[in-house]
Amino acid sequence: MEKRDVAVLGVGMTKFGYHPDKSLAELFAEAFFEAFEESNIELKDIEALYFGNFVGEMTDGSANLGGFVADEIGLKGIPARRYEAACASSSVAFREAYYAVATGLYDCVVVGGSERLYNAGTAIGTRALATAVDGVYEITAGLTFPGVFALAARFYSKKYEIPLDELREKMAMVSIKNHKYGAVNPKSQFYNKFGDLKVEDVLNSKMICSPLTLFDCCPMTDGASAVILTTADKAEDLIDTPVYVLGTGQASAGALFRQKEDMIRAIPRKISSEMAYKEAGLTPKDIDFVEIHDCFTIAEIIASEAMGFFEYGKGADAVAEGVTSIDGDLPINPDGGLIGKGHPVGATGTAQIYTVAKILRNEYKYNPVKAEVGMTDTLGGDFGTLVNIILGIHRRGK
Amino acid sequence: MFKEFFDALLEGKVLGIRCKDCNSYSILKSTCDNCGSKNVEKVELSNKGVITTFTTTYVAPAGYDKECPYVVAFVELKEGCWLVGRLDIDANLADEIGQDLIGKEVEIYGKEFPNEPYYPDKKRRVVPMFRLIS
Repeated sequence: MEKRDVAVLGVGMTKFGYHPDKSLAELFAEAFFEAFEESNIELKDIEALYFGNFVGEMTDGSANLGGFVADEIGLKGIPARRYEAACASSSVAFREAYYAVATGLYDCVVVGGSERLYNAGTAIGTRALATAVDGVYEITAGLTFPGVFALAARFYSKKYEIPLDELREKMAMVSIKNHKYGAVNPKSQFYNKFGDLKVEDVLNSKMICSPLTLFDCCPMTDGASAVILTTADKAEDLIDTPVYVLGTGQASAGALFRQKEDMIRAIPRKISSEMAYKEAGLTPKDIDFVEIHDCFTIAEIIASEAMGFFEYGKGADAVAEGVTSIDGDLPINPDGGLIGKGHPVGATGTAQIYTVAKILRNEYKYNPVKAEVGMTDTLGGDFGTLVNIILGIHRRGK
Repeated sequence: MFKEFFDALLEGKVLGIRCKDCNSYSILKSTCDNCGSKNVEKVELSNKGVITTFTTTYVAPAGYDKECPYVVAFVELKEGCWLVGRLDIDANLADEIGQDLIGKEVEIYGKEFPNEPYYPDKKRRVVPMFRLIS
């Protein structure tokens, strides 16, 4: 099918952290109006809402959020729908919104998400997050998300014959890097905090699921993000610096224990990223920087391998050698990622788009990266949903 | 179907399927984990396996906190499929032994734990347990 080129018109994001005073819809409205103000459109131009939220039922006792959110932003009556795919909720929403514009269903839509996990407290938050593991076999064993990546870290160490102590030090460098970048980003949950962590700080922090400590984990976060999409033709008339959607990919998998050895190869991510590269007509070498789903330190390492940037088993070395720092060959998470910036689950995917768009437009001044092509990677559950999106400052094929 | 798995587990049996198309084994499910075929037959799998990975959980979700700390493990059965469950071992000891637990042989059995509001079986919650052999 012939597709129209699609561009990002505006992006918005709340500060990530603790928001006890705003509802899911109110938080989203804050992000939406930031995106709307830079879009040079009228409210009535927006034809549909694609809204990502993971566990509104458990954190806020609220589901069926599409209509309430649309009404909150002054768009009552438009088609509005909530998307749930765990941490990839707003990335799945983004991909569907992109296709709706690309195929001509709509000319202009808003996509984003909001979540309030910090406000829910650790026990409810951890149970809510655990709804994204297999709901029968994995949950009865008490598997949590730190648990998933703790299992992966131990298996990674064994499989690639990297002593666990050595791997943990390399994993710690992911935390140090992402906290360093998050600490200078004013929208981060940890703004002005943990910017100068040492390996020992990470290794000696509270054990959550061995071998993962607190600093190996992203935090529980409240926050929202929003993106307004339109056709490339319209965007070029409306704003100076459209950011084009070049490629998207999505894939799925079942329970982690059924993925067996593939739990450290993240096969759905390989499928999803290859789909995105193919649509964009690009290869991993063409990507200037990535926003990777670093829910845990080892998660960033596994992801960087599955996306084709490093060989399997070599991602940990790349971090240790500085390849993924902002002055390296492939900067990963220059905004702090989930670890440094925070992880309001349903808002995370479009928050990654927010950073990529800001960097590509040269508007991101905290950890500057010079780039023409950026990519996002969002993981939902234990590889149950994978979404990759490639954005650039030139149209596809140009 | 999952209830049948856990009922059998309480009797020491591990239920699975054998795929008649690709000959691989999966824990009880509608289709083959490997190829997706529904041309499968129900079989009783080995109740022994080896630990492939594990983690000691110190922060548990609501409903599981009283069981904390506990050790979650993946075990590979003789037939090649993996199962998730709990290692029947003191949590501190598990972390002391560390990576050397991987590769150790275990026997699989079922044990009932207090239920929690969201678990799909409202009558009881059974956990696959892994007991170290020797």
